[in-house]
Amino acid sequence: MDPFESIKATFFQECEELLTDMESGLLAMEQGDDDSETINAVFRAVHSVKGGAGAFGLEELIRFAHVFETVLDEMRSGKLHLTDEVAKVLLRASDVLADHVAAARSGGSVDEGRTVGMIADLQGLIDQDRAAELGLNEDGDTSAVEEDFGFVPVVLSLDEPAADAPEVDVAALMAAAAAPPEVPTADGAGTAGAPFWRVTFRPKAEMYAKANEAALVLRELARLGDVEVALDASAVPPLDQLSAEQAYLTWTIRLSGDKSEAEVREVFEFVEDDCDLEVTREGEAVAEISEPSFAADEDASASAVEAAAAAPLDLDALLARVSTPPAEPAAPTAPAPEPVAAAPLPAATPPAQDPARLDVAGLIALAEKASQDHAQTQSTPAKAEPKADQKAEARAAAGPATAATPTIRVDLDRVDRLINAVGELVIQQAMLSQRVFESGLARSSDVALGLEDLELLTREIQDSVMAIRAQPVKSVFQRMPRLVREVADMVGKKVRLVMDGENTEVDKTVIERLSDPITHMLRNAIDHGLETPEEREAGGKAAEGTVRLAALHRGGRIVIEVQDDGRGINRPRVRGIAVAKGLIAEDAVLSDDEIDNLIFLPGFSTADVVSDISGRGVGMDVVKRSIQALGGRISITSEPGKGSKFSMSLPLTLAVLDGMVVSAADQTLVAPLSNIVESLTPRAEDVHLIGGRDAVICIRDTFVPLIDVGVALGFRDTPLPPASGVAVLVESEGGGKAALLVEAIQGQRQVVIKSLEANYQHIHGVAAATILGDGRVALILDVDALVTTSRRKAPRIEKRMAV
Amino acid sequence: MNKTVLTIDDSRTMREMLNMALVQAGYRVIQAVDGVEGLEVLRAEGADVVITDINMPRMDGFGVIEGVRADPAHRATPILVLTTESDATKKERARAAGATGWIVKPFNPTKLVDAIRRVAA
Repeated sequence: MDPFESIKATFFQECEELLTDMESGLLAMEQGDDDSETINAVFRAVHSVKGGAGAFGLEELIRFAHVFETVLDEMRSGKLHLTDEVAKVLLRASDVLADHVAAARSGGSVDEGRTVGMIADLQGLIDQDRAAELGLNEDGDTSAVEEDFGFVPVVLSLDEPAADAPEVDVAALMAAAAAPPEVPTADGAGTAGAPFWRVTFRPKAEMYAKANEAALVLRELARLGDVEVALDASAVPPLDQLSAEQAYLTWTIRLSGDKSEAEVREVFEFVEDDCDLEVTREGEAVAEISEPSFAADEDASASAVEAAAAAPLDLDALLARVSTPPAEPAAPTAPAPEPVAAAPLPAATPPAQDPARLDVAGLIALAEKASQDHAQTQSTPAKAEPKADQKAEARAAAGPATAATPTIRVDLDRVDRLINAVGELVIQQAMLSQRVFESGLARSSDVALGLEDLELLTREIQDSVMAIRAQPVKSVFQRMPRLVREVADMVGKKVRLVMDGENTEVDKTVIERLSDPITHMLRNAIDHGLETPEEREAGGKAAEGTVRLAALHRGGRIVIEVQDDGRGINRPRVRGIAVAKGLIAEDAVLSDDEIDNLIFLPGFSTADVVSDISGRGVGMDVVKRSIQALGGRISITSEPGKGSKFSMSLPLTLAVLDGMVVSAADQTLVAPLSNIVESLTPRAEDVHLIGGRDAVICIRDTFVPLIDVGVALGFRDTPLPPASGVAVLVESEGGGKAALLVEAIQGQRQVVIKSLEANYQHIHGVAAATILGDGRVALILDVDALVTTSRRKAPRIEKRMAV
Repeated sequence: MNKTVLTIDDSRTMREMLNMALVQAGYRVIQAVDGVEGLEVLRAEGADVVITDINMPRMDGFGVIEGVRADPAHRATPILVLTTESDATKKERARAAGATGWIVKPFNPTKLVDAIRRVAA
């Protein structure tokens, strides 16, 4: 991939994370969290989105992010206080920002009206002046590409060849060197009679100690107008008395132009307290300057200075040149030489043999040398060089080091390939074990023992690989507050969403498919579970309804619950609809739970009841089917007047399953271990027939349906005599129990799930298929479907009997 | 020997962009995701130039500048501040703390590289 495109992909990926972080921060703020770190985190998220968007020229995104950011900045600085109203606006703004990101990603467009409205709302939150300024600067600010206060060269090591110094600068240098004779005559004449500022600048040692650079200041000054700089190095003592921590240099600068004194002084703002500074206005002609520090060779020096000041890039080139070895007269490995070289100069009069270097660059280099020497002295000057080399080697040995982070990002495809391979490994390992076993080798043989170890190892690899894909459900949960806000707004209800167990981990594929059912259940809860604020108040409840979204692990599965404190299911009505639609017998005896769960029946939720159940044209049966396709279950419990709770449970992974391998009617089948409660051999006297046909079995004084699996799946017509088989007591997600009657239990093993639907079609009572160790295909039982069928069948039969 | 540039930015996008621009220009690039890590990495690996963002969790860019300057080994290491902020007071604060230069995002890769060459060539 084009590196730019790849970074862009990274950007959008990062945006997702930032938006998520932002939303959780905003939600905390909505709950009244006005901690500065929370606000800062939200600010940073918006800020980073804007920063990245800037790099890719995503104008609309930048513009909106900018307004959003400004409001957050006001909040950060304490000018805007967090109120419920503000939090709500910010949350909506985060939704709009998410839309912008999505639009930028897909190349689509956003709802312009919504954006404009949102910007207006945001601007309404902040100070009028700031808002106005925002309107004015919107374009300028976002497209700003600026470099600010001058870059001061800090020469790290003068005798190290600047391998990466570009050739380009040499050309610039030549141009600069050649230019002076022409420029100044015109310029000099123009400025000669004009007023100018004379600035005397004498840094103290403290200034260097604060890592300020005289050169930086001079460079800043040069931005204000044409400058002529003279250095007085006469205070530099002989070498044996020189202290690297002291300041000895004084600069006198002549600045032409019409800047105010304040502007000139502003340049010295940070060093003011650490230097002696005089700024005087002088209107005299150049000829009257009697300042001795302005060199005799003034023309040459002025030329260079002016050329440099007029063309900042060339100045940089000169600096580069000065700092590279060939241009430098001495290679100063010790701190001392440079000041010494400077000392003999009579008031900065340049050596006559090289007028081109008598320029501001040279002076700045000198200044900077002074401060750098200072710095080096404070560190350990003697060790500086070798240490640098050692470090370099260490770094080279470390390779392309990045900051040590405890996580790596891996393409999902790679993980999937690994998982598939491990799945095959599990199957192969099982097949191998079986062949070895069939070959008659003793269990204690080396081969068999080795295989046992291999099996453990395989299992371990599989678990580890699965763990790679496990992710917290947070990524799905965090999208829900927005949905809740939108649905609540739409139906005019007040809703508080409470989330629990966001860190519950589940396989990534499961996470991806959780989104739709959760969305649907939440919509349903808000739209129909909760009453209107008026109804609630009339019923003695808080006007604001609560919807709780929770995730938890239970029995090797992940359970998602959506609970509301609304009106609960209207059972007489649901029952009436079910009867009217012929889904149940008129006189069917159903428990409350069973009635509640009727809403999941196909055909229950049709046009005339849409408003009652889903309101979106998608029936709960569709939700249920999509969950079942994942090997999941959904059920509902409800208490009239108090609310309803949807529970959906899904396997933690869609790739493997712990199963009990059983045989029924010469077929090998797998029952998911998570459904199995116990297994037993039925005694004939415990089995009773209801209506002469449907068997129940009495297990510890409880009657549960006894389902002959061979018959239920259509493998044979005549039931197995209960006493000659094994009953496996299973529990469905809905809590219903049943005993599955099979011929024998073969054993327990982990199987790799192969989707039946992807390869064939959905079969009632069968969840999926797997490949066994001997290479044969075995069906995995859909226990819930079997149990539900047997339970629902009962009333129908009763009906038939009654007729 | 190639110069080493330490980039400190909490945005992965920005780190990758910097990495691309700087590696292409022949620099060695080491990265850190916030100020605290930045100072740790600088101490452990050293760098010839530090480029830091301002708005970061745990420790912001000002903290980085102060931390770098407080380290005797890095008193003279150039620090470029790279941020979307163009606010004058923040700029001045960074400068006062010892920043060598300030670049406003989005940056032009060529200019960025020029800037680094100017401070560390």
